[in-house]
Amino acid sequence: MKKRSIVPYGPQHPVLPEPIHLDLVIEDEKIVEAIPSVGFIHRGLENLVQKRDFNQMAYVAERVCGICSFGHGFGYCEAIEDIMDIEVPDRAKYLRTIWFELSRMHSHFLWLGLLADGFGFENLFYQCWRIREKILDVLELTTGGRVIFSVNKVGGVMKDITPEMAGAILDMLASVKKELKAIVPAFTQDYSVKSRLVGVGVLTKQQAHDLGCAGPFARASGIQTDMRKLGYAAYGDLDFDVITSNDGDSYARCVVRINEIFQSISIIEQAIEKMPDGELAAVVKGNPQGESFIRIEQPRGEAIYYVSANGSPHLDRMRVRTPTFANLAGLCETLKGADYADVGLLILTIDPCISCTER
Amino acid sequence: MAVMKFIPETLKNLFKAPVTTAYPFEPAEYPERSRGHISIEIDDCIGCGMCVRACPLGALKVDKNEGTWEINRFDCIVCGYCVEKCPKKCLSVQTGYQTPGGDKTSELFKKSEEALRAEAEKKAEAARKAAEAKAALEAKKKAEKTEA
Ligand code: SF4
Ligand code: SF4
Repeated sequence: MKKRSIVPYGPQHPVLPEPIHLDLVIEDEKIVEAIPSVGFIHRGLENLVQKRDFNQMAYVAERVCGICSFGHGFGYCEAIEDIMDIEVPDRAKYLRTIWFELSRMHSHFLWLGLLADGFGFENLFYQCWRIREKILDVLELTTGGRVIFSVNKVGGVMKDITPEMAGAILDMLASVKKELKAIVPAFTQDYSVKSRLVGVGVLTKQQAHDLGCAGPFARASGIQTDMRKLGYAAYGDLDFDVITSNDGDSYARCVVRINEIFQSISIIEQAIEKMPDGELAAVVKGNPQGESFIRIEQPRGEAIYYVSANGSPHLDRMRVRTPTFANLAGLCETLKGADYADVGLLILTIDPCISCTER
Repeated sequence: MAVMKFIPETLKNLFKAPVTTAYPFEPAEYPERSRGHISIEIDDCIGCGMCVRACPLGALKVDKNEGTWEINRFDCIVCGYCVEKCPKKCLSVQTGYQTPGGDKTSELFKKSEEALRAEAEKKAEAARKAAEAKAALEAKKKAEKTEA
């Protein structure tokens, strides 16, 4: 047997956006095994349900993560609405869909930038984040926040999108589409970029299925999984396909996410066109009693919200299963046999969000 | 073979104006809805404490007798829940972010002397009316007794 050594990787590492620690067992330059450990930024947010009432918790749930914040607030509110049998007005459903897709777009742009940074293409990195800024501006215009929106409440939404704002969103989408098209070839055709992505970190369909992977990571391995197809919010009325790829490598993950940005643009355009008039929120009376289990599609994959309520303003339990947690097992599998130099890039390809994972 | 796919975009960059704002030399512009900080029309506040109970962070303190309303801006996450709950609508979300600082201090708002005086007068008036009503009631009772 060749000599094996263990290299600690993270939690502080230039390529890591968030703290995760991996013990890499290496033989020469090849990874034999990766052992993850998390727990550096646990904040005990789930425990707060016993101290804050269920309306206040909507604001706390939103702060589980700084990038997919909208989805967390949304999933929590859906769960409470499910328990209390609240029918959310149609307009609120469409507004939620629009904001959800906008946040998916900015999350994917963020990821594309980090990926470019990961393989050392700083110019491309800044181009991605420059485009992302336009989405953030529109989000600030419509919700008042750039990444934390605070527009969801139990029963509906708090703010409306006026016709002028809808116009601003459509203008932004048109320009983002044009600018994204200009930078896509750099990701998909450039020789050097391809040499860092194609065939790196392959995860087969069977492996992805067995390890319970979620989101774009699983879709890039050919698994048809997209919780939006469950038809929550307004997704049932809108036309979109699940984007998959059969390659299962880093390149496929990149292409899937790029196509999802175009898909989000189309979903928002449809939603703005079809959005009905009406109320923004239903009246909420009393306290929730019972339990609920909600699955939604976050930018990083399927997230699960479990809420158990006892009829008082304070809930018994809230549990969030985040997509990154589901993808960690898949990540360790892709790392096996990889070059040491690719580790940073491979960690990025699952789009890790450690803050959500640890809450 | 596609090499240097990015050269046209890179060249364009050389001739484009910067996309960033030269803050602080150019002022930052916020849209109307931007959640910057919470402000209060302190003279309208009735000290009911609804905002204190609503705040998920415990960033607020209200003293009804002193007529003060206190906010720890470093704790406040500008969620806007207090604004929604205030029955007098004297709270509002304003644009402009909290400036950074060395220590976590609270900002105290106190009702103006006039407002306090007006309130005290109102209270005294109400107390006087209550006393009058009480006296009238007792006098009536007495009269009924003597009649009987
Ligand atoms: S809820 Fe409004 S009126 Fe009541 S104490 Fe707070 S600021 Fe004053
Ligand atoms: S905005 Fe939110 S955090 Fe700030 S004082 Fe009001 S309720 Fe508390």
